[in-house]
Amino acid sequence: MSRVLMEGSEAIVEAAIAAGCRFFAGYPMTPFTEVLEHFARRLPEVGGVCINAESELEAVGMAWGAVATGARAATGSTGQGLSLMQESFSEITRAELPLVIFNMARGQGDYYQSTRGGGHGDYRHIVLAPIDSHEAVEHTQLAFHLADKWRNPVLIYGDYLLAHTHEAVDVQALDFGPLPPKDWAADGTLAGTGRSRNVNSLGFRKHARRSQSGIDPESFWRELQAKHDEIERSESRCETESTEDAELVVVAFGSVAKFVRYVVRELRAEGVRVGYARPITLWPFPGEAIARACSRARRVAVLEQNGGQMIDDVRLAILGRAPVVGIGEISTDASGFGIGKLLDPERIRHKIETALPGREVAA
Amino acid sequence: MSTRIVLDTDQRPDAAAVKRHTPEKPQLLLHENHHLCPGCGEPLAVRMLLEALEEVGAANRAIGVVGIGCYTSFSSSMDVDGIQALHGRAPSLATGAKRMRPEALVFTLQGDGDMVNEGLQEVIHAAARGEAITCVLLNNGVFGETGGHMTATTVLGQRTKNTLEGRQAAYHGYPILIGDLLAQLGGTAYCARGTVDNAGGVARTRRMLKKAFETQLKGEGFSFVEVLTMCPTGWFIPTPEGPGYLDRVMGSVHVTGELKAGGKLTTTAELAARRKQRGGDDEDGALPGRGGEPLPR
Repeated sequence: MSRVLMEGSEAIVEAAIAAGCRFFAGYPMTPFTEVLEHFARRLPEVGGVCINAESELEAVGMAWGAVATGARAATGSTGQGLSLMQESFSEITRAELPLVIFNMARGQGDYYQSTRGGGHGDYRHIVLAPIDSHEAVEHTQLAFHLADKWRNPVLIYGDYLLAHTHEAVDVQALDFGPLPPKDWAADGTLAGTGRSRNVNSLGFRKHARRSQSGIDPESFWRELQAKHDEIERSESRCETESTEDAELVVVAFGSVAKFVRYVVRELRAEGVRVGYARPITLWPFPGEAIARACSRARRVAVLEQNGGQMIDDVRLAILGRAPVVGIGEISTDASGFGIGKLLDPERIRHKIETALPGREVAA
Repeated sequence: MSTRIVLDTDQRPDAAAVKRHTPEKPQLLLHENHHLCPGCGEPLAVRMLLEALEEVGAANRAIGVVGIGCYTSFSSSMDVDGIQALHGRAPSLATGAKRMRPEALVFTLQGDGDMVNEGLQEVIHAAARGEAITCVLLNNGVFGETGGHMTATTVLGQRTKNTLEGRQAAYHGYPILIGDLLAQLGGTAYCARGTVDNAGGVARTRRMLKKAFETQLKGEGFSFVEVLTMCPTGWFIPTPEGPGYLDRVMGSVHVTGELKAGGKLTTTAELAARRKQRGGDDEDGALPGRGGEPLPR
């Protein structure tokens, strides 16, 4: 296959299909709608199913049922729709199911939602934040792999720009290595054998382990916590550039990082000692990599398209070794879809220049 | 007048006088232990469900999606591949499972709080889509697990922990007859309401479950079976009075019978008229205490 011009939504759907995704359920909402449209058109062509659910609650439920039987399945929405799905995300994570979730967000205000989760209980999901369509094609396939590898949901954090920008992309099936068999999947084949399975978030076992009802949530959830600790140790990803001698390191993620990287390169070419760091995984947050990238910096600036959310994680990574300032802002269009005046290299350049060490900047 | 035997469960039974009937344990029941209250109707309903699964030949390809309620604990004793749903969300999970595993028999097991309160739109849309799944409702008219609170199927006058003087239409609204809602949808192929308060009702309930599963296996569309179950604990009545209360209080509103079968629609109002004609409950009509009596306090 050669490079084909398509919008980000379509590239994501083609990548999902290349990864073996055969089920999708969603509910239309801008700027996510086109992902649903492309799945609705493409999945039946490859023997899959796409359901326009009656609400986000049912969309996530349907995808939940599909992954529970061992199929590769996904759901998605924009952050507003994902708010409705949080209860299920928590349960799905604790039922150890490999669901893939797409958030075509309205800007970057869903950082907390993605990385902390709006649901109940102790849980985390892996969050990948692609910078553009090319990376989204890779991340989408990686998401299905990581989900199966860890039996844990993986969320792709995109936005209006990613979903709607046309780029020439080459969607090839990627091989990330072998995966364990899905012997846990409740596909009906072990019914009546005495070895039937029970996919649940409570620690229910078919045959009682400790209590009469076969439920032991404490040890079950502790095992899950240990798994999340292991994911945290092994799956963080980060991109850094020009940080070795940087006096100022600018941290950004997703589409916004593409603008920041452009401006940092421009400033570097002019001899300004500025560097750039981009968390590729928002969870697990690449704290050590960010700390290393900022080890010589006299100041760290976080540029995000929200009121200041990722800055918490950057501060936890830096731990006071340098001042951390927020130079992002809430920035959107009249509809609130997240295309705002911040997405402009001139404005970003001005913000970065203002943050250079020695300059006054409102923290 | 037929004979009615009431066992006082507070007394140790006279071993010599008890005639034991020990039907064969369904193959799909891993063990017969449960920790539900004495007099609960749910174990009986679940047993009928498992027997029906075996009778239609689906014992080796069943997926059960279980909601949240007292019956949830059966997920560890039913030998089917199980998926635990959130409260109310079982029909959408069953949808995803069935679409990916069309060869499996997929059913949900839900209570009235689960299906008719929290997840009403789930079951309605699954039925409207004609989803080839079977939704099974265990209806006792209360939130049993939380201790006897009003649900959407609690009948008028019924006393619960949050309707202490009985459910009043003007204040609490009317009960939802979920079977009638589902029966009228184009995607619903089979819809019935059974009960486990008497032996005839139990047998008919098993036949209904069997028909519903056959409907699914034939790919005819959505199927639904509601089973009225006793909850003496949640009804705040002595255990032996459970079946009589069910028939008198629940059964006179949620009247048993087939609401849609073979394309023929029957409303609960029509079933109620027939029940009245018979002077009481369904064909077996053996239980006393029907109609007219004040609700127990």
